[in-house]
Amino acid sequence: MMILAIIRTALVALKRDRGALALSFVLPVVFFSIFAVIFGGRRDTTPKISVIVVDEDQTRASQRLVKGLESEGSLVVKTRPAPAKGVEQADYTAATAEVAVKEGKAPVALIIPHGFGESPISFGATDANRPTIQLLEDNSDMIAPQMVAGLLQKVAMTAMPDVMAEQGSRYFDQFAGGLTREQQDRVDASLRALRERQDGGAGTSASGNGGGGGIVAVSSRAVVGENKDNPMVSFYAAAIGVMFLLFTASGAAGALLDESESGTLDRVLASRVTMTSLMLGKLAYNSVLAFSQLVIMFLWGWAVFKLDFWSHIPGFVVMGVFTSVAVASFGLLLASICKTRAQLGALSTLVILVMSSIGGSMFPRFLMPESMQKAGLLTINAWAIDGFTKIFWRDEPISHLWPQVLVLTGIAVVLFAIARRMARRWEYA
Amino acid sequence: MVETLQETAPLASFTTSTSSPPLRIEGLVKRFGQVTAVDGITLELRTGECLGLLGPNGAGKSTLIRSIVGRVIPDAGTIQVFGAPADSTPARNALGWIPQELALYPRLTCRENLQSFGRYHGMSGTPLEQAVDRCLGWATLTDRSEELVRNLSGGMKRRLNMAAGLIHQPRLVLMDEPTVGVDPQSRNHIFEMIEKLRDEGMSIIYTTHYMEEAERLCDRVAVVDHGKIIALGTNAELVRDAFGSRSQVLARFAGADERVTAWVVQHGGQAVDGATQFTIEHPTEIAGLLEDSAKAGLELLDISLRKPNLESVFLHLTGRELRD
Repeated sequence: MMILAIIRTALVALKRDRGALALSFVLPVVFFSIFAVIFGGRRDTTPKISVIVVDEDQTRASQRLVKGLESEGSLVVKTRPAPAKGVEQADYTAATAEVAVKEGKAPVALIIPHGFGESPISFGATDANRPTIQLLEDNSDMIAPQMVAGLLQKVAMTAMPDVMAEQGSRYFDQFAGGLTREQQDRVDASLRALRERQDGGAGTSASGNGGGGGIVAVSSRAVVGENKDNPMVSFYAAAIGVMFLLFTASGAAGALLDESESGTLDRVLASRVTMTSLMLGKLAYNSVLAFSQLVIMFLWGWAVFKLDFWSHIPGFVVMGVFTSVAVASFGLLLASICKTRAQLGALSTLVILVMSSIGGSMFPRFLMPESMQKAGLLTINAWAIDGFTKIFWRDEPISHLWPQVLVLTGIAVVLFAIARRMARRWEYA
Repeated sequence: MVETLQETAPLASFTTSTSSPPLRIEGLVKRFGQVTAVDGITLELRTGECLGLLGPNGAGKSTLIRSIVGRVIPDAGTIQVFGAPADSTPARNALGWIPQELALYPRLTCRENLQSFGRYHGMSGTPLEQAVDRCLGWATLTDRSEELVRNLSGGMKRRLNMAAGLIHQPRLVLMDEPTVGVDPQSRNHIFEMIEKLRDEGMSIIYTTHYMEEAERLCDRVAVVDHGKIIALGTNAELVRDAFGSRSQVLARFAGADERVTAWVVQHGGQAVDGATQFTIEHPTEIAGLLEDSAKAGLELLDISLRKPNLESVFLHLTGRELRD
């Protein structure tokens, strides 16, 4: 009986607390949906991997290979940059492809070298002089280069049957012409060598840096992050940092609600302080708070996880300042929408977790379906993480941060303007 | 012992007129939806005067005060502070507001609170520090200056709340029920602080629903009910206007039933909260009341004669108790 009474009281209280209701029932459903979409619940939105392909060889074999790659459903093959202002761009070269990977335009580039067509595939030990396909990788995407390397071998098998046959007969001629005893010995020796290679070379993968172990010889090279001690730390420092910045900012902005409730806000507004100057003051304070948090986060990353902090200070300051102002505006907006601390707690948890999941704070955006990646661009997280990645991962100059700076400034201005408008309810009765 | 708050002239330089009254309100109206909280109030405060706004909860006192400090935008009427519009900077500098709520930062010390509110009024440096010290002394909180506000007693918080409203040394102070929720000893302390201010010539508006406070502190009292001033004058004037030279008889009868009420109304009295009240010209009329009640078969429990006070005035004017 007593237990029933307790349940009844708790149910009534829950019914009256819309924030708790939303957290209890809406948030799990929203989260479930986001994760379901990201991890392939819907086939049509499976992420495609962008790959830049440079065909230096321009032979029948290399063209077949490129065509084969283009027909792979999970790849988006780019042979030239997107048209700029309606003007078609020149095809990628090995050099421009490397720059494009460094700038994050694609996680991987394939360079088919001159001479590839003369001996496109190999079944045996690598000939050191044989031209190998180069795979230029961005290490921050751990999946795309592996996928491309695997698909390359598959395409070689399926897209070039004539090349395979031709190459096979050449091998036959080379190793088994007339099948004399001597030839038989050579075939056996070759097979033994192949077998030994398979048995003893577990560490040498088809796309390993030594190159040439698969049907198509490939050598890979990381062009971004190759000198980083701990490559993903900068990503997580930014990703987790921004998520917590959002929580801190909304919590700090909640001081407005406390002050409104206690009457302090009334007293302040009865002095020479106007609502606009009060909110600008709060924005400045919350921005400084957020920036300090980022500094501590990255310093910790440097001290414990070998994050290369000191050589990226200018870029960090630029991204830190603009990210901090944007999250501070976001916090003020949430606080100005809510009537109580409880409401703010519920709404901020809901919005920040959703923003963080689609904005890349919980897992990298490149793992998400394309539609989700686009949706992520509506979040502060995505722009902030992209900016920090440019600085800490790609070692790009500060001037390359302009899109992030522009968008974060825009977000800050718009959110602050709305927050100021909403705050009119505190101004006068 | 309560210390003096003001040494000489106010620190801030005002462009308000010294010849204008501290406060002039004309035809003030404020509605919240269907409710008219302030209904055409006209009022003028004299220099150095303490004017009490006496009325029950919900009478419109706080709305009137909040209109003066610019926290409520009136629907009609004008408010001038020393001749300047109430929402102007000179008016804000001249005005001090002590809200009913404890509008303080709980995680700041007493000193830090006063410094903050001083800065919000544009003060800084030595003048600010001097003002903080004076206010701490006035509120008898000097030895608690470094204490966090959340650790203070209720009475101390109230005193600091008052000091925060005076940090910029205003010339007109609006006090909105500053003794709400404090124990009798702290209340007395607050009275002494206000009396000190009054003695220094500060113009004060003091809202309360306690008749004793209005009687003790205020030079004049405005009785407020349903958003209107229904009477205005000194304590003596209000009583005289309402009762002349008459006195009040308070009587209690056993079984406060309809029969008692009917008898009381028949004899020109009022029944309030189980007691009955009659207004008489001469004490000898008591004998007649006693005789009539006995004839009607009412059992008298006790009876007393008293001079009318502000509470009697309020009851007389509105037919309701002050603390309704």
